[in-house]
Parts: sequence; C-alpha cells; structure tokens
Amino acid sequence: MSAESPKIVIVDESPIRAAILEEGLREAGFTGVVHISEMQNLLARIYALDPDVILIDLENPSRDVLEQMFQVSRAVRRPIAMFVDQSDAASIQASVEAGVSAYIVDGLKKERIKPILDLCISRFNAFSKLQDELDRTKSALEERKVIDRAKGILMKAKGFTEDEAYVLMRSTAMREKKKIGEIAQSILTASELLK
Amino acid sequence: MSTPLRIGFIPLVDAAALIVAVDKGFTRAEGLDVTLVREVSWSNVRDKLNIGMFDAAHLLAPVAIASSLGLGHVKVPIVAPFNLGLNGNAITVSPALHAAIMSEIEGDAVDPMATALALARVVANRKKAGAEPLTFGMTFPFSTHNYQLRFWMAAGGVDPDEDVRLVVLPPPYMVDSLANGHVDAFCVGAPWNSVAVDLGVGHILHFVSDILVRAAEKVLAVRQNWAEKNADVVAALVRAASHAADYIEDPANRAEAAQVLARPDRIGVDAEVIQRTLDGRLKVSPDGQRRESNRYLLVGREGAARPDPAQAAWLYAQMVRWGQTAMRPEALKTAMGVFRPDLYDAAMGQQGTAAGASDAIGAFAGPAFDPGDIEGHLAAFEIGRWKP
Repeated sequence: MSAESPKIVIVDESPIRAAILEEGLREAGFTGVVHISEMQNLLARIYALDPDVILIDLENPSRDVLEQMFQVSRAVRRPIAMFVDQSDAASIQASVEAGVSAYIVDGLKKERIKPILDLCISRFNAFSKLQDELDRTKSALEERKVIDRAKGILMKAKGFTEDEAYVLMRSTAMREKKKIGEIAQSILTASELLK
Repeated sequence: MSTPLRIGFIPLVDAAALIVAVDKGFTRAEGLDVTLVREVSWSNVRDKLNIGMFDAAHLLAPVAIASSLGLGHVKVPIVAPFNLGLNGNAITVSPALHAAIMSEIEGDAVDPMATALALARVVANRKKAGAEPLTFGMTFPFSTHNYQLRFWMAAGGVDPDEDVRLVVLPPPYMVDSLANGHVDAFCVGAPWNSVAVDLGVGHILHFVSDILVRAAEKVLAVRQNWAEKNADVVAALVRAASHAADYIEDPANRAEAAQVLARPDRIGVDAEVIQRTLDGRLKVSPDGQRRESNRYLLVGREGAARPDPAQAAWLYAQMVRWGQTAMRPEALKTAMGVFRPDLYDAAMGQQGTAAGASDAIGAFAGPAFDPGDIEGHLAAFEIGRWKP
C-alpha cells in the first residue's frame, strides 16, 4: 500500500491537459503525480512507477493496453478496482462523459479515490470547455473574414457602401432564415463560379 | 418516423456490414436514423455501450461475453443478435522471425501444426542462446486474436505465458511496433496485416482460417435490457445489417463496398487494401507472393451472420483455459446466452436451424469441440492455466 499521498500516473498525449490535471491534483494536496506522454513501452513504465491510480484520456488507444495490465495483475493476485466500483455507475458515466478514465491499481479505499476522480472530471470538463471556446472564437473570426470579403464583392459589383452591402446581406439572411455567414459564403462561392 | 441510434465502431474491415448498412441506406430503409461513431479502443466501445452512450456497437465477440460475466470490468449483460463476421484475422511475423521459422520448418508452411512446431524450435534455440523471449502483439485480453495466437502456439508446445511475451497493442500501433522491433509478430484484423506486408516489414504467416475454420470475430452488440425494450429496433438493425452483408458478398458490389469503407471517416485506408480482405486474396510477403482463401473473412456467407451459441461456448472455454475465469456451468450458460440466434431468426422471419451437428469450430488441433463437456475438451490440451 501507498503512503499518505497516493501515487498517481497521468497518461495523456496532450501536454496542456496533463499540466492542467497535474496542477489541480497538486493544489488538492496530491504530491505523487507523474505524467507519461510517450506510449511506447507504456506497461513497463507503469510497472516501474507502480502507481495506485492511473488516469488516462479516453481518446487514447492505449486504454486497451492498460486492460491487459489488470489481467496480468489479477494473475499475481493484486486487488483491483476499476473506476470506483461496480455499484458506482454515476461515477463511471460522469468520467466517461468528461473523457477521463481512472484505473485504481491497488486496494485504495473508495473514500480516497473519490476526490481524485471528482477533481479530474471537473478539470477535464474545464479543459473541454476551453477547447470549445477556442474553437468558437476561431470560427467567429473565420466568419468575420468571410463577411468582410462578401461585403467587398457587393461593394465592387453593385457600387454599394459598406453599410448598404451589410444591410443587404442581413435582410437576405433574415428572409431566407439563414445565418449571415452562410449568405456571405454563398456570395463568395457564386463569385468564384462567375469568375 | 425514424428512430435515432448511436452506434460505435472501430475502423476495421469486419465492421463492413455495419458501415455499409448505414452508408448505403439499408438502415434508413428500415426506419433507423443511425449515427456511426468511430472509436479508438475496445475499452471505449465497451464502456460507452455499457453506460448507454451507444445504443449498439461493433464489438469483439469475447468482450460481449466478458462484459456479461463481469470479467475485467463492471458487469453489464450484452446480447449479440447478429454476427458481423467470421474469421478475418491473420498472424504476421517480422522478416527475421519468418526466416527463423522457415529454417526450422518440416512440412508445408500453410499447415499451422508445422509452423507451430517450427516456432517451438525457434523459441528453444533462443532460450539456449540466452536471447530475449519473442514478443507477440494482440489487440485485447478478451479477443479472438489473443486466443488464436495462444491456441496455435500451444499446439506446437509453446507456452504463451512462459515461453514468449504476449502484449496488447492498439491496432494502429501494430505496424510501427513490428517495424521498430518492439514486437516480433502480431495477430490482428484487416487492414493491418496487409499494411505491414505492403511496407515490407512483415510476412503473413497464417490466415486464422488455417487455425479455426469458423471463429466468431465481431458481433453487433446491444445491452440486454435495451434489446428487451426495443425489440423492433433490434430486428430492424439485424435486417439492415443482413442486407448489407448480402450486398458486400455479391462480387459485383465489392469494389463499391470497398470505396464506401475506405472513406476517411470510416476505415480510412486505401479501397484496394480493403478489397483484398473482402476478396480473400492477400499479398502475404513483401516480394509480392499472394495467397487466396474463400474463408479469409466471412461476412454473412455460409450462415456466418447467425449467432451460434457453440461459438460463444468455445470463447468461454478459452477464457477458462488461459486462467481468465474459473469453469462454472452457470457462467457457461450465461456466455452461450449472449449469442442470440432467436433474435436473428425473429428479425429475418426464419425458422431456427440447429448448429452444425459435430463441431462448430473446426480447429486444426485437439478434439472436436463439445460445448456440453468443456472440462473434458480442455483436458485434451497439455498447455493451459486451467487444471481440473
């Protein structure tokens, strides 16, 4: 069994997410946190580190490799629990939805693993929210560019002012129940075709 | 009105009936609105099916059984109303191991007993020379690949737990691992064996159909309680998959089926490589040598789609043989109950036909398989973790 702070291994190819997770765990007082980003010889490295808990990104194909580790561990009669336990379907669901999977290697008590898992779930959720925001900002920027280019085309073709071009696109969008970005994109497409 | 469904799959050729069912509109024709979700690991597919994020899944047949028995993970009863494929795997070895086996072989290289005995001599030679044990990659602890490798090497006298190393490798990492010497061989489904051969880093030593004539590979899996509540949806899915299987097996459609499967959001490899598997005409060595087998992968042909409980019993027997579980009659019954020919028959409007009278497996070694006497069957094998 481990000493006071359980040894936690984070298997994640994303350095940013791993850092967010590691920081959170340290803040919460878990001192023995190790990050593995290299998937070659994963099992050997995990055996060498001998962790109590393994946290892995759900989109990592090496999850299947860990399943073998538990099979082998079973053969050497080490107590194993996965996620929390059979009865705790809600924890499993929450962690799968957040994109994190936790494996508890040794006989860690449920009360000790729960805060680790909860923290990881909230950190993973925070990370994916950040990712979503980033994606949204990116696509908003893209849309702005498309609208600006479409305005330019209308101004040149119709002799509109910038405001008139914008008003035309907006009213067309409302009439056709589409987004202004979609109208702008079809102007770009049409002008490409008519070139 | 169409029923929305989320179905998980792993990018492998034996997901063909499922992918074609969706992408050629067979599911739509049955009133189903299916979203296919590509996954990276069997653990993910299993977990997302178990907690209801997927309604159905392309799943390793032994995982459906393990999940129903609570082996290796939480216990969630799964049923398989449709078998997506029989066979389809191959054993590929590095050029160095291929040369070593060929220098020791007596007899025909397509005879798995001859290669297994040769492997045993290679293993013994390495032991004498103090070399590292050979490492074999497979896809999952509860996988046909694991059991096929073990069955083959044990028949030649190699103990898979003592004499070699068996490691799990995600299929997309197999070829690299063989190329960089991390493994000496692997057993995996298509397209990975062909990819290794095309890159010149591997020789296909065996089609698994050399080892077992009929091996249930992937199933269409659903949760038991979901199947009970959605019997009509299950039947519609089975019919759609069955139409897709018929479509794929018609040689006139092969090229188009391969195109559908090759798309980047499906399997995402060259259509030509996929078609080799469907046709059972594989390039087996980097010098261009080919081998054909009309049993390489069976998608619906020869009754392949109808789940056979005797196949489930064989898979359970392998779990017992290799110490993944103890032999318990009620667990055997549960395992056999995962494969549901009755649901298949109900969907297809067929009368149930009994499984083959003698042996549903056709293994190259050992006695004919008898689901009624698993302990007797296992007692015939010298190597194994199970002792009576």
